[in-house]
Amino acid sequence: MARQATRRSPRGAAMRPSTTPLSAGDASPAHGSIRRPRLKGRLRGYLKGHFQALFLSLGRVSRNPLSSMMTIAVIGIALALPAGLHVALKNVQGVSAGWDDAVQISLFLNQGIEDAAASRLVEQLSAMSTIEEVVHVTPQQALGEFRQYSGFGEALDVLDENPLPNVLLIRPTRAASEPLMVEPLLHELRNLPAVEMAQLDMEWLKRLYAIMAIGERGVLVLAVLLALAVLLIVGNTIRLAIQNRRDEIEVQKLIGATDAFIQRPFLYSGLWHGVLGAVMAWLLVTLSLWLLHGPVQRLSLLYNSNFSLGSLEPLAVLVVVAVGGLLGLLGASLAVGRHLRDIEPT
Amino acid sequence: MIHFENVGKRYAEGGEALSGINLQLDAGKMAFLTGHSGAGKSTMLKLIGLIERASYGQVIINGKNFSKLGRRHIPYVRRDIGIIFQNHKLLNDRTVFDNVALPLVIAGQPHRDIQRRVRASLDKVGLLDKERMLPLSLSGGEQQRVGIARAVVNKPPLLVADEPTGNLDPALSAEIMNLFAEFNQVGVTVLIASHDIDLISRMGKRVLVLEKGRLLDGDSADAPGEVQQ
Repeated sequence: MARQATRRSPRGAAMRPSTTPLSAGDASPAHGSIRRPRLKGRLRGYLKGHFQALFLSLGRVSRNPLSSMMTIAVIGIALALPAGLHVALKNVQGVSAGWDDAVQISLFLNQGIEDAAASRLVEQLSAMSTIEEVVHVTPQQALGEFRQYSGFGEALDVLDENPLPNVLLIRPTRAASEPLMVEPLLHELRNLPAVEMAQLDMEWLKRLYAIMAIGERGVLVLAVLLALAVLLIVGNTIRLAIQNRRDEIEVQKLIGATDAFIQRPFLYSGLWHGVLGAVMAWLLVTLSLWLLHGPVQRLSLLYNSNFSLGSLEPLAVLVVVAVGGLLGLLGASLAVGRHLRDIEPT
Repeated sequence: MIHFENVGKRYAEGGEALSGINLQLDAGKMAFLTGHSGAGKSTMLKLIGLIERASYGQVIINGKNFSKLGRRHIPYVRRDIGIIFQNHKLLNDRTVFDNVALPLVIAGQPHRDIQRRVRASLDKVGLLDKERMLPLSLSGGEQQRVGIARAVVNKPPLLVADEPTGNLDPALSAEIMNLFAEFNQVGVTVLIASHDIDLISRMGKRVLVLEKGRLLDGDSADAPGEVQQ
């Protein structure tokens, strides 16, 4: 075959007006003459292909606003649940963080210890670097308080002597209040010879932290389940899109499109659904927090607190969007992998 | 350009669509493939377009042996074969321009080249003024010409057409055939399946006759199955 012997500049053909409908001209196809572009050009072409697919898929998403919005809304709700629970948990943790200050150790001294010995012990303990403050409650003070608050004052008169021990109320420093730090301190105090019993008023805090740990794990489990749901939603959406474009895919395959070329718009469509769903989730969480803001403010005032509801932090928003996009891409690639190969021209 | 060596095609449903086909069509030649419907014309074109694979024998197109071709290589081979379908196979939600541009977009050609080549190709088939229209707003003959423009836009060395004049009136059919002859004159190998005997005989090209899945000896120009005029 005479390679390109008769090929002239196709530009001339493009500019010359067509005289007869089917005139012979420069545009005649000659021997396979698609020039393979250089590496840089190929790279640019590759990136251009991706950009085209990116915007082509966005165009398709926007051309079916109703069904696209439904899918995006479902994804948004699925992502908003774990994101919202995450915010709720963060807020509970924020409230309880202040309660570490409330750690207090009660030291009950041996019965019959002398006041002077008790005072020495108070001085000794106050000097410790881990202890912020020591309050000495003498048996007389304790009895007075008991008489005043318990309502058993007359019953106490029957007793020959004061049955109450010396009590030292110890507030550790902030650093020593951490659950891990306070245990050794408690142990040390308990082993003092003058001490009958040492009690940490923190059990309830431990329980609260344990409950919050369960909450955190629960949010994680829920997040994984809902991520799976998002994967399936996107997968199904893309599967339907592939079926709707069956003819187009066939034609593309017939004229030499690679699988990569054909699947690109579908993958980007999945990405768009995921990202827009994540944005929707962010809006839903923000809206919910805005609705909760007033009542929470009132409750917090009733507790004389200046607590205010925290929102989704910027990093968390980024994470939600990234996770949404990734799930969309993954769901789409699952659908594409399963269904695109089945479509072959006949 | 097209080389069949003892090629056969059996279908799972039973029946042999093609059997023992031997054919040699050199580069730069033009030939017609004719025969009754069901004689295997479409099957033969499908083998050439890699839409189906031969059950036995060797199909060698443009130097590539199809029996040894992996799935991954199929798209690249198809880019060198311009196929024209009886039912056009155009994308009806895209303009004429976009339809014709598709092979170039798929091949990743630069935007500037695409504009130029699509216009040249549309000019060749006489549809330059319809590039913004949608295929369904064109007549059957015009749609067929869009299909032809798309097939030739990336200048493949081989053009294959399946009943390109199937639904056209005689005058339009002759125009389409002349168009193919023009492509052949500039070096493109052309194979056209058609049952329009009158038109074929007027073209004066090699004619391959299929009968019940057998080529009536298509090896040489003076074989009994061929009419050389």
